[in-house]
Amino acid sequence: MAGVKPTMTVDLAGVAFPLPVLAASGCLGTGGEPTVVDLRRLGGVVTRSLTLEPRRGAPTPRMAETPSGLLSWTGLQNPGVEGFLVEDLPRLEQAGVPVVASIAGGGVEEFLRVTSLLQHRPGIVALEVYLGAPDEERGRGRPFAARLDRAVEVVGAVARMSRLPVFAKLPYLEPDLVETARACVRAGAHGLTLIGGVPGLAVDAERLRPELAAPIGLLSGPAIKPIALAAVHRVARELPEVPIMGVGGIATGRDAVEFLLAGAWAVQVGTAMLIDPAAPVEIARGILAYLKDKQLESPAALRGRLRVPGTSP
Amino acid sequence: MKRVRAEVLSVRRLGAYHVLTIVAPEVAERARPGQFLSVAMPPHRAFLLRRHFSIHQASRRGGWAGTLEFAVEAQGPGTRWLAEVKPHRFLDVIGPLGKPFAYPARLTNCLLVCEGHGGAPISFLAQELRARGKRVDMLIGGATHDHVFKPIEAKRMAQTIRIATADGSMGEPGSVADLLPEMVEAVGAQVVYAAGPREMLRRVAELCVERRIPSQVALEERMACGMGQCFTCVVPVIRKDGSGYDHLRACTEGPVFNPARILWDRWMGEAPEPAPTPPEGFPVVRSWPG
Repeated sequence: MAGVKPTMTVDLAGVAFPLPVLAASGCLGTGGEPTVVDLRRLGGVVTRSLTLEPRRGAPTPRMAETPSGLLSWTGLQNPGVEGFLVEDLPRLEQAGVPVVASIAGGGVEEFLRVTSLLQHRPGIVALEVYLGAPDEERGRGRPFAARLDRAVEVVGAVARMSRLPVFAKLPYLEPDLVETARACVRAGAHGLTLIGGVPGLAVDAERLRPELAAPIGLLSGPAIKPIALAAVHRVARELPEVPIMGVGGIATGRDAVEFLLAGAWAVQVGTAMLIDPAAPVEIARGILAYLKDKQLESPAALRGRLRVPGTSP
Repeated sequence: MKRVRAEVLSVRRLGAYHVLTIVAPEVAERARPGQFLSVAMPPHRAFLLRRHFSIHQASRRGGWAGTLEFAVEAQGPGTRWLAEVKPHRFLDVIGPLGKPFAYPARLTNCLLVCEGHGGAPISFLAQELRARGKRVDMLIGGATHDHVFKPIEAKRMAQTIRIATADGSMGEPGSVADLLPEMVEAVGAQVVYAAGPREMLRRVAELCVERRIPSQVALEERMACGMGQCFTCVVPVIRKDGSGYDHLRACTEGPVFNPARILWDRWMGEAPEPAPTPPEGFPVVRSWPG
């Protein structure tokens, strides 16, 4: 097997990504902003979550740094799907990077209208349904993912309308993660993105105030990596045929390899890109080096290779 | 926007601040007052995010050509690390970022107002305005005399200067905002620039709106990436046509804004509910004089 030249292309639900490392939602704007990273060196870009109309989002402060983490909530600020199609998508299409459009909405109808507007653009290869979005229709602002029936309703509706593969993005859910993931797949999701940010609170004891106006934000960054790995591992064991994008605290090639071993088919990089815009390039390089070292042909060869003695929780 | 590995030339203690000088010619030649730098933190630490600092000085000519200066107030783990960084260490720096202050084309009398580390960009601006033949008057302050940024240099650059400190340890007791109305009269200010705490900037904004003086302020908002990607550092800004307001990013659409267009109540958390747009729209604010 000496001299194996690994191929880095991965296939998820019929979409070929040139590299197994994508930019996670919310960490590359909507794609139209200039950046110091060459977009062609990314496996793909997941956009900020797009709603039907432009959204102003939450008041500030929107972020706080916590140990090894970023706590933030922007309240889905985005230019709206039309704004994205006119202003941002052309730049991404020009760069030739595969675009996964993250979609959000306050209710099922909004998800559907956003879905319909994203169908016929050559640059968009898949949709990611953001189930962390607040359910304004039935959930009094709690995320769609918090209620299995609502998650299924949204994912099912989007999957029936979309001719593009649909990924459902879920947060870590206790105890229903696997059940919800399975229900999303039954409803028509072609793949899963695991995980969304973990709810968190930061407190300013001097001013007796929460650090964020929200006041609960979503924690991202290395602080949540073990949680995300646990999610990927649990779901991948139960649903080995379902493509999973692993996301949560990936900052190095080694982190990404850990996710692939736990069962992810590809990874997304979020917070690390805000710190080092070129992080995905380095991460892809790290995966390649690992594959060469282990004489493996592709990232898929790592999938689920984690050896678990006995049973795990 | 350039990303560079910049060598630290020196770290100087200056009252409550540390001023870092770094070598970054590609950034220095583009840098203008009001713009900022993004500095990466060391790896494998619990404080992850880049820190952002106003550019205090950019030397394009002479013996210091290609160097940049920025001021750090050591308050948290990141700024404490930077204050103790040793010369000849390399920093991962991205800049210049953000929109700079605009220079007036015709008007000449510029009043520059700052408190605390807001003095860093304001003193850079003073120097650039002087180089363009403008009259510069200054109103500077801080919590204590240690927090007044480079008062001697300011005295050298300004036609007239007044200083205020909260504890009265230098100049007059109080805020620079208390002295503002008098100072505007006394120097015949035609343009006002300001940087510093929100309370002070808001009072500058109110006075300038009332007296119809064009002004610009450099704001600070909590910022994760500094490059327009994360949408955390937004400020509520009234649209040019008055039809509503938008959350604009301090890092890319700012940090310099026309203060007359900022919804101060909302930005300062005093109106937590989304402010409705009045039926007649917001007052239209005339744009920066050409």
